[in-house]
Amino acid sequence: MSVNAALIGSGNIGTDLMYKALRSSAIRPAWMVGIDPDSDGLARARERGLSTTAEGVDGLLPHIQRDGIRIAFDATSAYVHPQNARKLAAHGVVVIDLTPAAIGPYCVPSVNLAEHVGKREMNVNMVSCGGQATIPIVAAVAQVQPVAYGEIVATVSSRSAGPGTRKNIDEFTRTTANGIEKVGGAKRGKAIIILNPAEPPLIMRDTVHCLTESEPDQEAIRASIRRMVAEVQKYVPGYTLKNGPVFDGKRVSTYLEVAGLGDYLPRYAGNLDIMTAAALRTGELIATEMAEGRFPPAPAEGA
Amino acid sequence: MNATPVSLRGLKIVLHDMCLRDGMHPKGHQISLQQMVAVATGLDAAGVPLIEVTHGDGLGGASVNYGFPAHSDEEYLRAVIPKLKRARVSALLLPGIGTVEHLHLAHDCGVATIRVATHCTEADVSEQHITQARKLGLDTVGFLMMAHMVTPAELARQGKLMESYGANCIYCTDSAGYMLPQDVRERIAALRAVLKPETEVGFHGHHNMAMGIANSLAALEAGAIRIDGSAAGLGAGAGNTPLEVFNAVAHRMGIETGVDVFKLMDVAEDLVVPMMDQPIRIDRDALILGYAGVYSSFLLFAKRAGARYGVSSADILVKLGEMKTVGGQEDMIEDLALNMARERGAGSRS
Repeated sequence: MSVNAALIGSGNIGTDLMYKALRSSAIRPAWMVGIDPDSDGLARARERGLSTTAEGVDGLLPHIQRDGIRIAFDATSAYVHPQNARKLAAHGVVVIDLTPAAIGPYCVPSVNLAEHVGKREMNVNMVSCGGQATIPIVAAVAQVQPVAYGEIVATVSSRSAGPGTRKNIDEFTRTTANGIEKVGGAKRGKAIIILNPAEPPLIMRDTVHCLTESEPDQEAIRASIRRMVAEVQKYVPGYTLKNGPVFDGKRVSTYLEVAGLGDYLPRYAGNLDIMTAAALRTGELIATEMAEGRFPPAPAEGA
Repeated sequence: MNATPVSLRGLKIVLHDMCLRDGMHPKGHQISLQQMVAVATGLDAAGVPLIEVTHGDGLGGASVNYGFPAHSDEEYLRAVIPKLKRARVSALLLPGIGTVEHLHLAHDCGVATIRVATHCTEADVSEQHITQARKLGLDTVGFLMMAHMVTPAELARQGKLMESYGANCIYCTDSAGYMLPQDVRERIAALRAVLKPETEVGFHGHHNMAMGIANSLAALEAGAIRIDGSAAGLGAGAGNTPLEVFNAVAHRMGIETGVDVFKLMDVAEDLVVPMMDQPIRIDRDALILGYAGVYSSFLLFAKRAGARYGVSSADILVKLGEMKTVGGQEDMIEDLALNMARERGAGSRS
């Protein structure tokens, strides 16, 4: 039994998410919401049998009840998300936020998804691409022993960094650093992002440096990271440990590569793929809870 | 191509010293506050008008990836700025590493010039920082790094973007010390051709192919007005254009720098050279940086990783060039060294 969902945003992310959701047994993508009637994403959605609107979220609201939409993925922008979230919440729809708006708590599926589902959160935020790729590793180290400082370097192909990211690159560093602390469990977090224009485009690379408070327990950290990588690979098969963990005093460094599935976005854009994959994973777990009656619909105000 | 000698006599230019910022790289970011103040006041007394002070990787560069400095950017800036009589202080900011918050901090400390640095094809990530710097009334420079990696026309397009955000000066930055004078001439001319007449153009060189002076002169001939250099050359790779040498050359050519030739020599010889942990020279690895077009601050990271994993630092640097790595990708060096060690069966110690 699957739960009906709406995809808000018909850009690269929304469209890639659609292809992933079409393969899901827990989520049925029923609607795609855009603002440009001629967008490629909406055309593809119609082709695959989704209902579509180019009127933004307002075009979806009248159909929520009838079409049983209980989950929405918002892949618009940090500017639009707050209004979308308010309108959807009023209709009792759980919103998974892929924008940097971060109204709801950060969600990194392999680390804290179960906790959010347990709390029946109505809005969760997917942090950032770099956050999805690296916070699991910070958490894996922090699960073994206290991490005084967590730092990540995300290197992505210039082609995979859209105009939104470029206009506000500080948002990436700020949000990711925050996530390293709040979800990763490091006392202090820092994030660095590098854009590389090389052709052919490079596959997303991520480096995670942790400084542990005491001497690192090498064996336990190795095992913990191995487990965590396997956990992330459940939803991002192209998530690969390239090197490490390297131990150098209290420094624990891990080198990762994230290749995407190449659904709508090219394989090298693992940074975008890990966002859509993590969001779908989140939606699927919430949907399963709903289908089994453990996640009752919130009272639909005014509906 | 351009065989007509251009007379630079009487040209007024701005020299910008790098030894307290780019010089942080060869010092592992460990310059003391006393050293900073001594060198900066020396440069000030010599008449150097602009001095850069921050972590080698700019504001917010303090990190595992690039190295933790002896003191914070704020401590350095607050120590140096009040001690200067005439010289103004600049701070570097790389979007993706530093943020607008760092920019406000630098402004609060009394920085007069902000240099917002991006890879030469990624100018559009600098919009929020350049816009903000201009709002604060700062002298705002767009700093296009690794400029050898793009055509002059593309560099000009990127410079134009930075100008459109509010930058009043655009730099052609030879981060790898790869360029030859003709490369510089073409790029500066391309920038000059598209930028507004009131927008200044600058050149930042590295001495990895011993072209620092020649390239800086080529830049002036093509229309640059700001030249970066470093007392005693203290900077990443084989260092920056040695400022005291360039100043002496400029004086002989009748270029007006406003900087005292002998006083600057004294700062270089008596204050900066004694600070060096190793001679700043074109050793094999530094030459490879220039020859292969690799970001100069990778030098010490490659030497350290090479020693730790038993692979050749020269091989690491060549490979980094082949991979088309850009500034800031220091994290690739250990990763790569581990791969190389594994491939050779040399065995790693971790």
